[in-house]
Amino acid sequence: MEVQESYPVDVDSLRADFPILQRKVGGDISTPGEDDDDTVPLVYLDNAATSHTPDQVVDAIADYYREYNSNVHRGIHHLSQEASVAYEEAHDRVAEFIGASGGREEVAFTKNTTEAMNTVAYAWGLNELGPGDSVVLTEMEHHASLVTWQQIAKRTGAEARYIRIDEDGRLDMEHAKELIDDSTKMVSVVHISNTLGTVNPVSDLADMAHDVGAYIFVDGAQSVPTRPVDVEAIDADFYAFSGHKMCGPTGIGALYGKRDLLDEMQPYHYGGSMIRRVTFDDATWEDLPWKFEAGTPPIAQGIGLAAAIEYLDDIGMENVQAHEELLAEYAYDRLNEFDDIEIYGPPGDDRGGLVSFNLDGVHAHDLSSILNEQGVAIRAGDHCTQPLHDKLGAAASTRASFYIYNTKEEVDKLVDGLEVARDLFA
Amino acid sequence: MGIGSDMYRQQILDHYKNPRNHGRLDEPTFSHTGENPSCGDTITMDVQLADDGETIERVAFSGDGCAISQASASMLTQRLPGTTLSELEEMDTDDITEMLGVDISPMRIKCAVLARQVAQDGAKIHDGEIEIEKTKTEDDD
Repeated sequence: MEVQESYPVDVDSLRADFPILQRKVGGDISTPGEDDDDTVPLVYLDNAATSHTPDQVVDAIADYYREYNSNVHRGIHHLSQEASVAYEEAHDRVAEFIGASGGREEVAFTKNTTEAMNTVAYAWGLNELGPGDSVVLTEMEHHASLVTWQQIAKRTGAEARYIRIDEDGRLDMEHAKELIDDSTKMVSVVHISNTLGTVNPVSDLADMAHDVGAYIFVDGAQSVPTRPVDVEAIDADFYAFSGHKMCGPTGIGALYGKRDLLDEMQPYHYGGSMIRRVTFDDATWEDLPWKFEAGTPPIAQGIGLAAAIEYLDDIGMENVQAHEELLAEYAYDRLNEFDDIEIYGPPGDDRGGLVSFNLDGVHAHDLSSILNEQGVAIRAGDHCTQPLHDKLGAAASTRASFYIYNTKEEVDKLVDGLEVARDLFA
Repeated sequence: MGIGSDMYRQQILDHYKNPRNHGRLDEPTFSHTGENPSCGDTITMDVQLADDGETIERVAFSGDGCAISQASASMLTQRLPGTTLSELEEMDTDDITEMLGVDISPMRIKCAVLARQVAQDGAKIHDGEIEIEKTKTEDDD
């Protein structure tokens, strides 16, 4: 118990909110969750891919379906009004959480970060970019940002540029100064790299973008779940994140945009709910943010996201960040003890809550399989950053990523698992 | 811990550490390359046919990747000589898992079958049935 007291969050009581953390794994995977032959305790270290969902969030979603399931916006009847208020207020809750003082009008719900990125790329990029323009990205962009802007650039004749990373996996800010010039119309950068763990100076990059009259889109998929984020302090024009990496359900994410920008932007998807008046000849658009939410939206998921934010706010995002950093540094130090391990990204005391590495002589996928046999769930592959892996000279890497319910003992189990792989492959 | 690593029985590890027929043939009848984009596994298979143009005489492989993909390629170079191109074409996933002698988890099947796919596509290109530059297994990352 005295070990628990050294954590910035109350890990023991938090773990009780996540029944999945008690399960065992290793049996027949065709019957999820029901196997008597699951014998190995789960050590879940794949939180950068998706986090688990606490009872409070599962209950909020179940309550919606059991008590007030209904379509939103249109209905006059009681259930629809309840659902509409809850769904619309979820936008206010998100706005408050990320420091968007404009409230719900600055927060459109999307499927995930990727869809938020595509919304701006299609609604703004296709209309505004052309030959002679540039979009500045980084070498550590997730495919969500990299592929989206790369393809929009190809279609519009604009140029995609990539800010270099240095040996420690940090952005070369001198190179950023060279790349962000008068031709630049958009700077799209990841806040925390999902592969390197690098925390990028997004506020400085926002200043550089604004100095040349460009906008900045910050991919917050790894930052909003793991630390306090204030979009106005950063001065981000657009900011996006996903619910499922922060105790929320899948199928929900959010696009923040400065109000005047969202106002000017054309819709991305057309259909029901996003219109005000339709004739056979034309249509006009609903107010913000509904203009960007065509069709029946993810109602239960939006309500679930608000419940997840409530859960995280109770813990305190400063504490979440401190816990992430503590585990990242511990994992970095433990892995760094071994000469046969190469760790990617900045030092342990200066990174987000994840560590990517390779064990010499063992392919990341083999390592992942061997760890899996010991119940340790980590990610192996290119983590949707193939160009970055090309640059690192690694086809794939192994990534351990942490959340509020992880412990140092679980990191130790990962390190022990590496020994098994060494023995097998020796 | 450390025992019962089901997918990594001695045979797989032996073929991975000491690959058989590893390298290139001097005069292959055909050769073909394939990759798993998400894993970074790459395999080139060189195949030399007998004078009948149908019976496989020699096979060599080269490439990089995980133990499952490389061991599978190594075993295939021993398995194929003596069989015909039409027998190669009929090989399915079950044949490969049988050859490997272990249960391959669903997420790793594409590693296991890469070498077979490369050999089959190489044969089809040789027969003029298909035209592709490189075999790519589906990227699911």
